[in-house]
Amino acid sequence: MNKEQFILGVIVSNHFGVLTRVSGLFSRRGYNIDSLNVSETENPNFSRMTIIVSGDDYIKNQIVKQLAKLHDVKKVELMNPEETVIREHLLIKIRVTPESRPEISEAVNIFRGKVVDFNSDTMIIEITGEPSKLSAFIEFAKKSGIIEMCRAGALALNRGALILQQENNL
Amino acid sequence: MKGAKYNMKMNGAQIIIETLIEQGCDCVFGYPGGAVLNIYDELYKSRDRIRHIITAHEQGAAHAADGYARASGKVGVVFATSGPGATNLVTGIATAYLDSTPLVAITGNVPVPLLGRDSFQEVDTLGITMPITKHNYIVKDVCELADTVREAFTIAKSGRPGPVLIDVPKDVQAAVCEYTPMPKTEKQAYKKPNEAKINEVVEFINNSKKPYIYSGGGVVISEAGDVVRELAEKIDAYIGFSMMGLSAISSENRHCLGMTGMHGRYASTKANSEADLIIAVGVRFSDRATGNKVRYSKNAKVIHIDIDPAEIDKNIPAYIGLTGDIKETLTKIIERVKPLEHMEWRQEVEKMSADEISFYPEDKILHPKKVIEKVRSYTDDDTVVATDVGQHQMWTAQYYRFRKARTFLTSGGLGTMGFGMGAAIGGCIANNEKRTVLFTGDGSFGMNLNELATAVSNELPLIIVIMNNGVLGMVRQWQTLFYEHRYSSTTLGRKTDFVKLAEAFGAHAFRVSDENELDEALKKAFTINGPVLIDCKIDMDENVLPMVPPGGSIENIIVK
Repeated sequence: MNKEQFILGVIVSNHFGVLTRVSGLFSRRGYNIDSLNVSETENPNFSRMTIIVSGDDYIKNQIVKQLAKLHDVKKVELMNPEETVIREHLLIKIRVTPESRPEISEAVNIFRGKVVDFNSDTMIIEITGEPSKLSAFIEFAKKSGIIEMCRAGALALNRGALILQQENNL
Repeated sequence: MKGAKYNMKMNGAQIIIETLIEQGCDCVFGYPGGAVLNIYDELYKSRDRIRHIITAHEQGAAHAADGYARASGKVGVVFATSGPGATNLVTGIATAYLDSTPLVAITGNVPVPLLGRDSFQEVDTLGITMPITKHNYIVKDVCELADTVREAFTIAKSGRPGPVLIDVPKDVQAAVCEYTPMPKTEKQAYKKPNEAKINEVVEFINNSKKPYIYSGGGVVISEAGDVVRELAEKIDAYIGFSMMGLSAISSENRHCLGMTGMHGRYASTKANSEADLIIAVGVRFSDRATGNKVRYSKNAKVIHIDIDPAEIDKNIPAYIGLTGDIKETLTKIIERVKPLEHMEWRQEVEKMSADEISFYPEDKILHPKKVIEKVRSYTDDDTVVATDVGQHQMWTAQYYRFRKARTFLTSGGLGTMGFGMGAAIGGCIANNEKRTVLFTGDGSFGMNLNELATAVSNELPLIIVIMNNGVLGMVRQWQTLFYEHRYSSTTLGRKTDFVKLAEAFGAHAFRVSDENELDEALKKAFTINGPVLIDCKIDMDENVLPMVPPGGSIENIIVK
């Protein structure tokens, strides 16, 4: 996460079209989505979106208010990175040679990743962790050659007793 | 309310009609088609309880529902069929969206199994209207239909009003479910305004020397004109209006300076820039009003009061932002603020008003100012006035003296040419079919003149005043001022005879080229029980002044 990025936790109705509505709002107001994740919550009526956005204070202010105006959005919160657990998930296929294999294996261990696919010239590595950790591994992997990769949107939950919950009882 | 006879099995179309009536709707505008045959069948059966006005085009129907809502304060309702019917509503819905008008649009769609297959007259109505509605729905289960309509009404009229669309596939209209009547929905409760901030605002007002109230569409919507006037009178402030704010307070009040902004009246715009405190109520600081945002009222602290929190700090940074209902918030402020008098400010502004009069255009044959003032001499304070978009719209905003709220129907945010006829029709019907005036231009009128047929069929006493200069006046003005007189496609050169055209539709018409002819025409027009068109020849080089050029400020104002 760089300085101009911030995390939004959004509780939305679990309805047809909600993702389109939210992403449509972002596109027409000109806000940049860096990553987005959405899934059902413990209550099947609601989904939770975790959105990482790049923008200054003006954008930060406006996004929260504009999101809150959408009928399907029940709660919006700017999550404080220092009080939040943030995780991303990465699958990355890299080029492997007999010479590079030991170094790569060592790196995978250091990053506490897993090798999930293995053959004579490629490897798929799976890593979970903070965004900066994943970015560091990707930098390292560039040396061997990245064939393709797939990085999931960030998940974020407040630490401790703080909960992001819809305000009305529904 | 529960009882065996109240729980009836009805089909989706019946449920729609019953729920509309339940929600207080007695008039809808629309245009039939294949995908809404079921709804129109039920409309026919219920024609003694709910009136349907068919227009010439769905766009006209949407503008009519919009005009109806603006004039009455009720939620406007419009029906259209699937595919082209729905897409024809888009401009009308967007117009309502940008001006925050409460509207419920109900469109038909192809049966559920045919959705997403490029069926006949199928479009993704939901996707197309998503960015221009407060919310929209597609109902695939008939048992959810009644509650969806109720929720749509609540959303349309709550908080900052706006359009809501409900897309109903044809088979859902035919399917059957139990219907239980419910009472009319209430608006959602407002957030209470912040007490500490109100006290801060009161402090600032007590200490200000040149207070200016900038009053907008939100004051009309929340019917808070009286409260704004009371505040102005207590603290000796002057009131300037956004175009959407006009009519909320009688123009006769000595505190009212009229419209401010790009084409605002001179004193209003000048006082706005000289104030040390700007109390902005129910406005959104559109670029038409602020000009250069950095220099906008650099001498003043801005207090922004609005029901929509997203508007605070969106365009202009507010010193204090207050989210809440205008009436409630201002009432608290009035209670706590000291009664004030600002003799120096009064003198300054009186000088500006004197200057304003000296800048008025010369007495030419049939100058637009004269046309508007002449028409005003025949109308009542209650008369609803609609406009299209362009120079005539600006002249109406500058020179027509409004006295009662909800008598000015104009497309502000979207600036939709062609809004006028539909809006005038809707506004007339909302006002018990009393005589209604439309100021329009030959360009704008050409866009939706097909609705003359609607006005004639319904015998509506519409007076359509066309400021006919044979050109697209506003665009031509910009070409004169900023494009070195290169009049690209603005000289229409049409041979249309508006008098013959009106008569072909079955309306009365007059052509006038001077004040006496206008007088004669108006005298007759005000006795005719149906639409009357008055074609007024206007000079094509007439400019709307004053003008603050785009991105400019009061220093750049052009007055002559």
